Amino acid sequence: MATALPPKKQSWSWRSQAFRGIVYQVLAFGVIVFVAWFLASNTMHNMRVRGIKSGFDFLTSTAGFDIGESLFKFDSSEHYWRAFLVGLVNTLRVAVIGIICTTIIGTLVGVGRLSRNALVRALCGAYVEWFRNIPILLQLLVWYLLFTEVLPATNEAWQAGNFFLSKGGLNFPSPIWAAGHKLTLAGLVVGGFAAWGWRRWAMQKFLQTGQVRSLFWMPLALLLLGTLIGWAVGGAPTEMDVPIKGQFAIENGGALTPEFLAVLIGLTMYTAAFVAEVVRAGIQSVSRGQSEAAQALGLSPGQEMRLVMLPQALRVIIPPLTNQYLNLTKNSSLAVAIGYPDVVSIANTALNQTGRAVECIAIVMLVYLSTSLATSALMNWYNSRAAIKER
Amino acid sequence: MSATLFAPIAARPAPVNTEGLMPWIKSNLFGDWKTALSSVVIGSLLLWYVPQFLHWALLTAAWAPNAEACRAPGVGACWGVVAEKYRLIILGRYPFEEQWRPVVATVLMVALLVASCTRAFWRPWLVVLWAVVLAIFFWLMYGNALGLAKVETDRWGGLPLTILLASLSIVMAFPIALVVALGRRSNLPAIRTFCTIYVELVRGVPLISVLFMASFMFPLFMPQGLTIDVLIRVLVGITLFAAAYMAEVIRGGLQAIPKGQLEAAATLGLSYWQTQRKIVLPQALAMVVPGIMNNFISIFKDTSLVTIVSLYELTGALGLALNSDANWRPFKIEGYLFIALIYFAFCFAMSRYSLWVEKQVNKGKVR
Amino acid sequence: MSEMNPAGGAIPAAPIISFDKVNKWYGNNFHVLRDIDLTVAKGERIVICGPSGSGKSTLIRCINRLEEHQQGHLIVDGIELADDVKAIDEVRKNVGMVFQQFNLFPHLTVLENLTLSPMWVSKIPKKEAEERAMMQLTRVRIAEQAEKYPLQLSGGQQQRVAIARALCLTPKIMLFDEPTSALDPEMVKEVLDVMIELANQGITMLCVTHEMAFAKAVADRVIFMDQGQIVEQNNPHDFFSNPQNERSRDFLSKILGH
Repeated sequence: MATALPPKKQSWSWRSQAFRGIVYQVLAFGVIVFVAWFLASNTMHNMRVRGIKSGFDFLTSTAGFDIGESLFKFDSSEHYWRAFLVGLVNTLRVAVIGIICTTIIGTLVGVGRLSRNALVRALCGAYVEWFRNIPILLQLLVWYLLFTEVLPATNEAWQAGNFFLSKGGLNFPSPIWAAGHKLTLAGLVVGGFAAWGWRRWAMQKFLQTGQVRSLFWMPLALLLLGTLIGWAVGGAPTEMDVPIKGQFAIENGGALTPEFLAVLIGLTMYTAAFVAEVVRAGIQSVSRGQSEAAQALGLSPGQEMRLVMLPQALRVIIPPLTNQYLNLTKNSSLAVAIGYPDVVSIANTALNQTGRAVECIAIVMLVYLSTSLATSALMNWYNSRAAIKER
Repeated sequence: MSATLFAPIAARPAPVNTEGLMPWIKSNLFGDWKTALSSVVIGSLLLWYVPQFLHWALLTAAWAPNAEACRAPGVGACWGVVAEKYRLIILGRYPFEEQWRPVVATVLMVALLVASCTRAFWRPWLVVLWAVVLAIFFWLMYGNALGLAKVETDRWGGLPLTILLASLSIVMAFPIALVVALGRRSNLPAIRTFCTIYVELVRGVPLISVLFMASFMFPLFMPQGLTIDVLIRVLVGITLFAAAYMAEVIRGGLQAIPKGQLEAAATLGLSYWQTQRKIVLPQALAMVVPGIMNNFISIFKDTSLVTIVSLYELTGALGLALNSDANWRPFKIEGYLFIALIYFAFCFAMSRYSLWVEKQVNKGKVR
Repeated sequence: MSEMNPAGGAIPAAPIISFDKVNKWYGNNFHVLRDIDLTVAKGERIVICGPSGSGKSTLIRCINRLEEHQQGHLIVDGIELADDVKAIDEVRKNVGMVFQQFNLFPHLTVLENLTLSPMWVSKIPKKEAEERAMMQLTRVRIAEQAEKYPLQLSGGQQQRVAIARALCLTPKIMLFDEPTSALDPEMVKEVLDVMIELANQGITMLCVTHEMAFAKAVADRVIFMDQGQIVEQNNPHDFFSNPQNERSRDFLSKILGH
């Protein structure tokens, strides 16, 4: 007959493991609290002596400085918190685009390292070794130098059709938002639904009858068709804001500053070298036996890749890949060395102007910490869902 | 059925040669039509651009430290900028006459690092050797004793500073990382929480914010009247940063030790610290050496960031050398290539060594 | 080798596998298969044994073109194995293989492992593929594990799933490459029992194994290979009791000694 668990005997002697554990923890806690108190009291004393004010109230005072580029309007009469917001948006802008570009380039280089062609293997290997072993700051400085010194001046910009490349950055024609574009977007959404619907129907048909219908090209065609029809119905708006060579600068059109381009390209190329290694390791982690079993079952190389190799490789690739994404985001902080106004850059200016070192640095750390923790949480959730189930 | 008569057949060489240069080229470069096509395309691109690059970099380059000669038409790369400025780039703003001191100090330090990597030196007196060499290093760099003139730390720069920051921070980070790694695996919740918070906090923020903290906030942490040299502040910042990453690497090694080892140690009557010291750590540390080498390579590259807090290591010294000199400014690219090659040489050598160590460790595992 | 008809005469039937002076090299100098001449009749059960490195795995892997031979002719079910991709695909639909390391797909359930090839290669509708799969799983007595993942099963269970997966192709030939070598001893019996049942149902089988009890129970012919050659082939009774060749004697003494 089962009985209830007897209550734990609490012992207070030094020989009890539980008691020792409590003592150690109390000691450690005490030491840390003491150190924290020591640092904090010194800080407060020093700040009082030097007349540095503390508190986050400076965020609502006027910034007094302009920001080189931002996605929305900002001038020097705005508040500090708005300046920080501009910095945050700039950081996210370069991080998100950088992540997309680095994934594409990194995957291509990683797969290239396993190519049959020895030339491709050698070139991809050289790429990885070169970009991995040189500090990212140096790479950013070199890209910036290329953009500001090697490219021609704006009045002699390289031109390809309506695209201009010069010291002033990249100028490109951007579509002028017209009513017709709303219908284009609507067409895109409808095309998306149609594509998704087709895929479901084709999958069903396959499971029922075994006949394979196009699962990729047809949906893609439907997506594009939907967008095209929407665009045509909306009056086929083709008006573009075309950049034209002004006397001193290129006017109109969309523009990407050399700072943004230098940071984007530098971060992308550097991180792609690491992503390539992650992808390569992931593909190589799938044992040869899996490939042999797939071949023995008669699967074609494409089916083998899609149904057997890729699902297993992705499980190995995703965790370190997310790590690289985080590294890219953190490395974007180096934009301060080039003058791209990301959140660290703005914090640096604010810090120098207001002297509120603790607050500004705390804001920067908070921004990056929340990004890291959010990404880690997302990755842990993915891992628990996708993990290969074992005993 | 009766067995057939058996006549042994001698080995014969293969009818078609599969080894050697031609078969290798055939299968690796022209295996099927797609491979052949890409070989042709890439080959022609290389044949077009590589000679052009070599032409610029070597054939038409100017090697003499003469700005006029570099500007002459038809001249390619100007390596004269390196010839002219190499002392400033590699040694920073160290006083000219005393520059033999950082050179000797750096050579000693690099020799010590190489020695630490060779198996023959893995003895207890290695620690003593480190202490001695470090003392000599600081004596040579700082002076102010035994007949050497004093040179303030803000004049230190270039390669010696890079190597000093990287080596010292890794060496100091190691004991911290060890304690934190053990703490993260501890059964005591308070200690485990503190260590986890430390690691996650430091790994979640960029190094630059830690350096800013070191530069702007550490002076505030100090009691009244005590000023800390900027070099020491930056060193502490980098050490704390490196320790968090190293703690994760060591923790990975600790996790790889099978539970059976701990149980065996317990049955033999060993205490916690004895088990760690004699059983767990020797096995775990051998496994994590490649990971720690990777930490070292990362930190070595990350020392370039101290430029942003006004310590002029290699990257910063280059900026110092060229930004203010209008004669040589147009040739910054050659300067960048020069220090890129220096970084590449160090980091590539270290990563090859790390791969070699990994192979050695795995050799012990293959039956 | 020919079948005997009830009247007592030999009926020559086309062999289902025929090796004709097949040679294979690894690189330039490692002659791994030397002048292999072998015919396998339909429904015949063959056990191949020999020391490691003798080329026995290589031999059977040539049958479904997991390895390529450089010289000689290899004809499986009337199709010659050469560089022709279509021919290879045809052969693989009729040849099932069971590996030493099981090689089940860990990210798919047991049922999905079995229906993968019928659905995607033979284009059989899902429902029918699943019915067939359940039939095979019942045949190897593991039907209750259909929704589990491979790594949740024991070694013996995984190998039985692997056998069922190969059987889902309704192959004419089953190849076994040391199917019990990676198993713990207490699980070897369950797999051998399944293989014996299969053998008694008339399927053509080639099995590389060290399990001599299995050979004695089921094999029509035992082939002993050493250093890339077929040294001796005989029916099990005669082979084990009276090996004709010195090398065979040497090998048998080593594995039957204890």
